[in-house]
Amino acid sequence: MENLNAIEVLESPTDLAYLINKISGENINTCIQCYSCASVCPFFEFMGNAPHHLIRMIQYGLRDEVLRSPAIWICVGCHTCSSQCPAAIDLVEVMDTLRHLALKEKDNIPEYDVVNFHEQLVNSISRHGRTHKLEIMLGYKLKSGGWFDDMDVGLQMFKKRKLDILPHNIKDLSEIKKMFSEAAE
Amino acid sequence: MPQNNLSSFTKFSYFPGCSMITTAKESGQALEASCEKLGIILEEIPDWNCCGSSSTHMLKRGLSLEIAARNLALASPDRPIVVMCPSCLHNLKRTSHQLKKDRALHEKIEDSLQKKVYLDHKIVHLLEVLAQWDIKKIQSILEKPLKDIKIAPYYGCMLASPNVMLHEHGYPLSIETTLKALGASIVLWPDIRGCCGTFLSVTKPDVSSKAVQRIIYNAKNSGAQCIVTACAMCQLNLEIRAPKEDKIPVFHYIELLAFALGAPEWKNWLKYHLIDPSPILEKAE
Repeated sequence: MENLNAIEVLESPTDLAYLINKISGENINTCIQCYSCASVCPFFEFMGNAPHHLIRMIQYGLRDEVLRSPAIWICVGCHTCSSQCPAAIDLVEVMDTLRHLALKEKDNIPEYDVVNFHEQLVNSISRHGRTHKLEIMLGYKLKSGGWFDDMDVGLQMFKKRKLDILPHNIKDLSEIKKMFSEAAE
Repeated sequence: MPQNNLSSFTKFSYFPGCSMITTAKESGQALEASCEKLGIILEEIPDWNCCGSSSTHMLKRGLSLEIAARNLALASPDRPIVVMCPSCLHNLKRTSHQLKKDRALHEKIEDSLQKKVYLDHKIVHLLEVLAQWDIKKIQSILEKPLKDIKIAPYYGCMLASPNVMLHEHGYPLSIETTLKALGASIVLWPDIRGCCGTFLSVTKPDVSSKAVQRIIYNAKNSGAQCIVTACAMCQLNLEIRAPKEDKIPVFHYIELLAFALGAPEWKNWLKYHLIDPSPILEKAE
């Protein structure tokens, strides 16, 4: 990795590409803009910025635009792009890093519903050690406000006993709670 | 102990993941029934916790590794871990990889958990175990051939891996090989590795519906009677986001395996499906 510093910006500690490299180990500057990631991405048409585009923006140092892009929240982390990339960049690690930076630095995250969903799910793990889908859905709706959107799907799932009323708690919950409290520090 | 030859194991650690005990309990039961028929012993990892799902690594990277690592610590070090959910599989494998690369982090997590975190487990989807089995052995206990059932195999996107793990793929064609040996016909179609939208099904149903609509259109166009997935989440999304006028039954492949091997409880499992697949199996009964 060290001898592949393709363009100068990698040297600058304030640069986004440098930061991503430091946090995730992925070297954005090896991207050859071949478009493989965008051509296999299942959702690139909804992202606002296609994946290779986002990488170019990082290379150009457009930090603000990148961290405000809806693309980083539409990406579902499926790794289809990572499995195709000829430069062996794991784009999901890059996206994760961008997501963390955006949460740290930015207000008014675009696609806030996605963040809301992830927060509900993570909270559910912190409470039970496992996910409790009904609680996640109720928590999500409470915050997003769309109580009646998708009501039919919810009822169908309930009827088919896919949404358990009670959570499945693990026995040693204190271990999970400790991880969460340490992570918060 | 080297764990590369999966066919030499009869006992595996089992990581069910949250789906197999909730939204996809029927697949969890089909798995139990199949393994009993195949003589595979699955020992559930005691007090396992959620792998962290996509959400944890998307919001909190360090925490996601620690959450997944607890499961690696609880699993017996001397046998492979079978995981049924592609997303859990990825999270556990990724954690093992990352901790192997980062010794300091490995030690830090061990300290914090006060447990030894083993990193030498082979972590596999059941598909990989079956891919290494002698197919004749499965055929020899076949009770109900899946004859005349035309299936569209659907691996979904989560079984794709980043480059560093690509060489570990052990399941190409595993659904096709197993189900063909059990009598099913396999159709050729373009969406074998499609994506159902995962959590976008909740947060952006329109986006997910559009993806599912294309997948179903292609499956039907290829002449398939049903889609067979390796992932419980794909199965659910393909059912709940199917266009009202254009549905197709969706099985988890483990349900078809259990049915073909003669598990008697299959009718019970089909009750949990949102799109009734029973006409297909009643014909094969």
